[in-house]
Amino acid sequence: MQPCGNFSSNYSQELAIIRTRTQWVFVIIGLLVLFTMPLYLNDPILSRINSLAIMIVAVLGLMILTGYAGQINLGQAAFVCVGAYSSALMVTRLGLPFWVALPLSGLTAGLVGLLFGLPSLRVKGFYLAMTTLAAQFIIPTLIAHVRTDITGGGKGLIVPPPYLGKEALNTQTEMFFVIIITVVILTFVAKSLVRGPIGRAFIAIRDNELAAESMGINVFRYKLLAFFICSFFAGISGSLWAHWLRVINYDLLTIMESIWYLGMMIIGGMGSITGAIIGPIFVYGLDQSLTWGAHEVGDVFTSLPVTMPAAIHLIVFGIVIIIFLAFEPRGLNHRWEVFKAAYRLTPFSY
Amino acid sequence: MDAVQLLVSGLLVGGVYAFMALGMVLIFKATGVFNFAAGHLMALGAFIAVLIIVQLGLPIWLGVLVAIVMAAIVGILAERLALRRLIGQPHMSALMATLALAYVTQGIILAAWQGKVYVFPEFLPTGSINLGPIMIDSELLWPFIIVMLLFGGFGIFFARTKVGLGMRATAEDHQLAQLKGINVKFVFALTWAIAGVLGTIAGILMGHRLGISLSLAFVGFRVIPVVLLGGLDSINGAIIGGLIIGIVERLVAGYFDPWLMNIAPFVVLLIIMIIRPEGLLGQKRIERV
Repeated sequence: MQPCGNFSSNYSQELAIIRTRTQWVFVIIGLLVLFTMPLYLNDPILSRINSLAIMIVAVLGLMILTGYAGQINLGQAAFVCVGAYSSALMVTRLGLPFWVALPLSGLTAGLVGLLFGLPSLRVKGFYLAMTTLAAQFIIPTLIAHVRTDITGGGKGLIVPPPYLGKEALNTQTEMFFVIIITVVILTFVAKSLVRGPIGRAFIAIRDNELAAESMGINVFRYKLLAFFICSFFAGISGSLWAHWLRVINYDLLTIMESIWYLGMMIIGGMGSITGAIIGPIFVYGLDQSLTWGAHEVGDVFTSLPVTMPAAIHLIVFGIVIIIFLAFEPRGLNHRWEVFKAAYRLTPFSY
Repeated sequence: MDAVQLLVSGLLVGGVYAFMALGMVLIFKATGVFNFAAGHLMALGAFIAVLIIVQLGLPIWLGVLVAIVMAAIVGILAERLALRRLIGQPHMSALMATLALAYVTQGIILAAWQGKVYVFPEFLPTGSINLGPIMIDSELLWPFIIVMLLFGGFGIFFARTKVGLGMRATAEDHQLAQLKGINVKFVFALTWAIAGVLGTIAGILMGHRLGISLSLAFVGFRVIPVVLLGGLDSINGAIIGGLIIGIVERLVAGYFDPWLMNIAPFVVLLIIMIIRPEGLLGQKRIERV
């Protein structure tokens, strides 16, 4: 649904992301608000926003692979792990600057992703999901046990902060700019990918593989490309994560993280870049407010067992997700689209 | 003789894996949902048994019985409240719902049992039986025997009884089953109830050996390779897959490093996915345009 009275007279207009003056105003206001956040938010909140933004990068990758190309990936956290460790090792062992390690770790993770995408030649759908699940179990175990003199094994790794010249970017505010600029660029890259020919090929594969193949799309090549892009985003996310947290451990990226990346994507709405952003915001916001609420409950009723806050958190979180899936199975983005359509159609009822 | 020893203990462990896999296969066959909460439901069943046997001090047979009934009720509730609403929605939504279910279950366990570790009183014979040079651990042998007997029971249930046949018909085709007068909703509820019961029995048998803690829930993820190795829609496949994975785990742990034991099933899974994607006994889906 396009804004009223907005007609395309050539193809580039049809593809444009921002089409009206109102949208330009919103984009500029949005970016201004985003980049002035450190002025009026304190460090604990900024650190949560950083953490959320890093998640968004991983979910963006997953959205391209699962939401657009239709290949389920249950091992995104493992690819994030690959990105984090390769970036950390490139900086500490090879002495590369962070700015070089960031794209390189994306590439490394991308290549590992390609490796696990190879079975897509033979298997599809649910079975393919299981090979990525195998990645989720194999990669962290290998990091934990093979060459522990390099990877640090169970102790994890200590990662230096990024340097800009001689200046160490080690506060939340400084990292906020590094992370947010990356997220904005990657969001634009993701949006551009999916509105172009590659994205259309992905959608064709998702909707009907046989039909896509008979239209002349090289299904296997595009699937591998989708795997590469997905793990590339995961690698970038991992690299940012490593240099933001500065102590990394494979233990922090378990199957549960992988599943929640998927969950955020589904809740955001499959097949939309907007969904990859509002999904994590919703889930992470819910998670954080429940943690806070459960702690408050634990503080008031001190006679409750110590595990109670965690238990309340888990139960409410699970129930909210179930209710959400039951009543809004197409995700938040669907609701947003409905709202936009209604706004654009008013006062006409058709 | 070392190899034979490892083979035997692997076989015995695999029996219990197979039993857990059966619950997953049943749900997948009947409802098309892959149940990620299987491990958590298993832990919940074991904890209910703990409540009755250890905390209330009632006899063991009563504890097992009540735990089984409770597990069936939990299964039905999960189906009725969460998963039935998602029929006809994308598969991913149902998958996420089972995961959310796992969260709720974990929360309930944390709230009610505070994440402590419990031990059952000994109700199976202990010690070991020596067969020549091979030593068979009774703690492994008895669960294996129980599981195999129950497998036989389920075999008869699916082959002979009307309800069992109805479940198989539903697994083939929902609409055709409905045309034949089978109550598909009832079958869905029954499937979840049976899966809950299977999980509880597996949980009690595993908990008897390993102690009952929340980590029991994560054994559920280890069963996924079993399910896929045997074939996602094959009950016999679940048995064979369980036994093979059990043996592979033990052999790898015995001959290489113990840590490899955790990833060996997944390596097997990767290999089987490339060679024979439908699993050993799974049905090959042919695509037509």
